[in-house]
Amino acid sequence: MTQEMINEIKNNPNYKALTSKRSSLAWTLSIIMCAIYYAFILVIAFDPTLLGAKLSDGITSVGIPVGIFIIISSFILTGIYVNKANTEFDELNNNLKKDIEKSMKKGA
Amino acid sequence: MKKSAILFTLLTLGAMASGAIEGDVEKQPLNVSAIVMFLIFVGATLIITYWASKRTKTAKDFYTAGGGITGLQNGTAIAGDYMSAASFLGISGLVFMKGYDGLIYSIGFLVGWPIILFLVAERLRNLGKYTFADVASFRLQQTPIRTLAAIGSIITVILYLIAQMVGAGKLIQLLFGLDYEYAVVLVGLLMIAYVVFGGMLATTWVQIIKAVLLLSGASFMALAVMAHYDFSFTKLFQTAVDIHSKGDAIMAPGGLVSDPISAISLGIALMLGTAGLPHILMRFFTVNDAKEARKSVFYATGFIGYFYILTFIIGFGAIVMLLSNPEYLDKTGMIIGGENMAAIHLSKAVGGNFFLGFISAVAFATILAVVSGLTLAGASAISHDLYASVWKKGQVDEAQEMKISKMATIGLGIIAIILGIAFEKQNIAFMVGLAFAIAASANFPILFLSMF
Repeated sequence: MTQEMINEIKNNPNYKALTSKRSSLAWTLSIIMCAIYYAFILVIAFDPTLLGAKLSDGITSVGIPVGIFIIISSFILTGIYVNKANTEFDELNNNLKKDIEKSMKKGA
Repeated sequence: MKKSAILFTLLTLGAMASGAIEGDVEKQPLNVSAIVMFLIFVGATLIITYWASKRTKTAKDFYTAGGGITGLQNGTAIAGDYMSAASFLGISGLVFMKGYDGLIYSIGFLVGWPIILFLVAERLRNLGKYTFADVASFRLQQTPIRTLAAIGSIITVILYLIAQMVGAGKLIQLLFGLDYEYAVVLVGLLMIAYVVFGGMLATTWVQIIKAVLLLSGASFMALAVMAHYDFSFTKLFQTAVDIHSKGDAIMAPGGLVSDPISAISLGIALMLGTAGLPHILMRFFTVNDAKEARKSVFYATGFIGYFYILTFIIGFGAIVMLLSNPEYLDKTGMIIGGENMAAIHLSKAVGGNFFLGFISAVAFATILAVVSGLTLAGASAISHDLYASVWKKGQVDEAQEMKISKMATIGLGIIAIILGIAFEKQNIAFMVGLAFAIAASANFPILFLSMF
């Protein structure tokens, strides 16, 4: 890959959109996941009785649906990312490739 | 203070990961249905290995199954790497002993996955070829960083491998009534055969088959438990609280994660440790493109999450169905064989001797699949990173590199057998803790530096 081509890619609006959208989504989802998990860990560390409180059936504790919720939310968060990345981001990526191919032909 | 908390965390972590292998194990009477089912599994996997050997011609085939694994297949295999015998027997045993605390561990093991997907998987897939050291040497100076990354991989692999071998030996003693040394040699030889002849393709399929068997078996057990209590969690939990010696305490977080520092360090160790395990990272190179790599993490997270929910139900099922039945208890009222046998005993309680054989065979298959993946990762660090890239500076033909990796596989297999026998009486929980510590503190930072 030549320096000229690298500059070409860097200045392409599709490339800018792709990298900024992808990294903002990735970091947002990572922060949400960490926030959920560390909130859970901090409750266990500082006030475990909170998770031991009973639900209306008098036996199941709050901690059980909370635990299941964390498991399901990690699955849903990965789902959101994969869905976005495999449609929107891949399309931006393909547009970028086409643009570069076109301009390389022009230049040649 | 902080250091000791982290060490403590890693040790408990090791205790978890090592599972059914603490202390002395009593040899059990020969279990015929388990042996028959295990032989069927071994036969099937050897056929696959033969088939895979016909398709493994180039280095790319050997290291990455030619990159032709689909997202769903790879996701199942990743889940398989993760659902080790330790997490099946160990976590269900932990739930059986302590109730809710078992779920806390499961969650810690799971939440690393989304982070790997968001921040690591794609870059790894785009930058690397065969090993994670490829990615590291992309930006950093090739020779020193690749040497460091490869040695980090090899040490993690060997420590993990020894722990798995010792675990396998003890588990087989327990389940099949076979001698420890025979068990270790058997596991070592099968693992060498899978990897040398079938490479990544055979290793992946062994892992897929095992994952499917384990998920079906665990689903059946959880369903049988729930059916017994009219699919009512209230009834299940009520009975468990009535029977268990800890009473209502099993429904809430207990003493496992007591002070804030160990709680937080546990969270960090679980997350970063996962992201630094070479045999898991290597799986991202077996798929065709970034799209399939992303899908594989999605499927893997789903399977692993589902599996952990099952182990939670299985743990509670063991409380209600085993503690009330004198057949599974010794004179002191403790469960026979220790808490890590909870899932195994429960399989007999819900499905009789036949199902007990099935679950025992699956537990053994699980160890075989995990050690094969580990050995392949270690062998590629030796042949691809140290031999081909560092020593020969990339000036090496493929056939020679393949030959080295097969020799490395045999070497690692022999080391694993010898050390597996030598370490029979050692505290292997400590070694798994060490492996995780090295993965989290040596491999992960290299990866991080080379990607951000």
